[in-house]
Amino acid sequence: MKKVRNDATEALAGLLKDGMTVMAGGFGLCGIPDELIDAIRESGVKDLTVISNNAGIDGVGLGKLLETRQVAKMISSYVGENKEFARQYLGGELAIEFNPQGTLAERIRAGGAGIPAFFTKTGVGTLIAEGKEVREFDGESYVMERGLFADLAIVHAWTGDTEGNLVYRKTARNFNPMMATAAKVTVAQVEHLVQPGEIDGDAIHTPGIFIKRMIHVAIREKRIEQRTTRKRGEPAIPPAAV
Amino acid sequence: MAWTREQMAERAAKELRDGFYVNLGIGIPTLVSNYIPEGMSVQLQSENGMLGMGPFPFEGEEDPDLINAGKQTITELPTTSYFSSSDSFGMVRGGHINLSILGAMQVAENGDLANWMIPGKMVKGMGGAMDLVAGVKRVVVVMEHVAKGKDGSEAPKLLAECDLPLTGTHVVDMVITDLGVFTIDKKGNGGMTLVELAEGVTEDEIRAKTQGAFTTRLA
Repeated sequence: MKKVRNDATEALAGLLKDGMTVMAGGFGLCGIPDELIDAIRESGVKDLTVISNNAGIDGVGLGKLLETRQVAKMISSYVGENKEFARQYLGGELAIEFNPQGTLAERIRAGGAGIPAFFTKTGVGTLIAEGKEVREFDGESYVMERGLFADLAIVHAWTGDTEGNLVYRKTARNFNPMMATAAKVTVAQVEHLVQPGEIDGDAIHTPGIFIKRMIHVAIREKRIEQRTTRKRGEPAIPPAAV
Repeated sequence: MAWTREQMAERAAKELRDGFYVNLGIGIPTLVSNYIPEGMSVQLQSENGMLGMGPFPFEGEEDPDLINAGKQTITELPTTSYFSSSDSFGMVRGGHINLSILGAMQVAENGDLANWMIPGKMVKGMGGAMDLVAGVKRVVVVMEHVAKGKDGSEAPKLLAECDLPLTGTHVVDMVITDLGVFTIDKKGNGGMTLVELAEGVTEDEIRAKTQGAFTTRLA
């Protein structure tokens, strides 16, 4: 079965329905599946529950789905950089479930690995633990968290072969590998599409079994959220440790 | 004279040890990296999936695929490794990170920490803070001793009990403020101890600005 599709709209054809749950990879604007997000916007599908560490920024990434009111609920760890998000949330139009970032990552990993629940010490004694089972192991308290599994996951990778084997680049990896495993259907966008055998099998981050459909996206300028630089001759901040 | 932000960061850097893997929060904690002693090997972890964080890039060399947890462009080092968010928080939760230095809104005398939400205000989320304080072996808070209101009022931040929603319970080992340094017996009943004064600051001044109970054992 051919996994590679011509474009994002074709790759998502038949997969979108109102009220569905979608996982979207990325941290801030780094490693976000932007062309697939654009196609979801174009489709007009609505009442989405979106699981993503952040909610994009105004007009970029998931911010585009907020503009069109396609998102009913976000499951995220931090949404600070989005004015439209704040407006809709304070107006009661948008629900948010905050998860500690590590708990969110592990819930997704667990969901993809067939683990319905796990215990973590993160959040014990805080609002996050309210209404959840707390159990003691070896004298310490842990809170039970549930695995997450979505209808659809969309991820961004650096290189992919036509079998769906993926390699991510630098910190654009973030939530993408776990999300690729934790949905009924995962669609990947890759910056470089290659033939099987061109990626060293030892270097593959996400094995192709997790990827049902994929598209090749043109290399374009990626957005930077916080451009921080130093001038030549200036002391390094932070200095090269060692 | 109270300590400046830089002096607080310099004091926090004294908690670093050779071979440490360290996570630094946003704000004053980030400045700690300027004071890593020469010859000491310290690897900085960025919880979005990187160990061995390098300095900001030169202008024109920014890489959108290479950012820290504050979404700032950074660089890599020869020691750098990249990994997923679940591996990253496996390091954190599994107790493999030696030290976390972070900011706070409130700290209680038993080591409770509040730094993620103020009821009634827009909540941005806790990000990785709850995972870091629950999982990292040693947690050092760097913060102003009191919260200054826009009207010039001052509210204590070192309290008997936090009144803001908690980030973690019994998690803080040390608090460095602009006025001095406290240790906290977070797992025992030893409470909070004042161990250092900033130059020119008196114990009386600290008592007046601290709501939580503490004993004094100055070096």
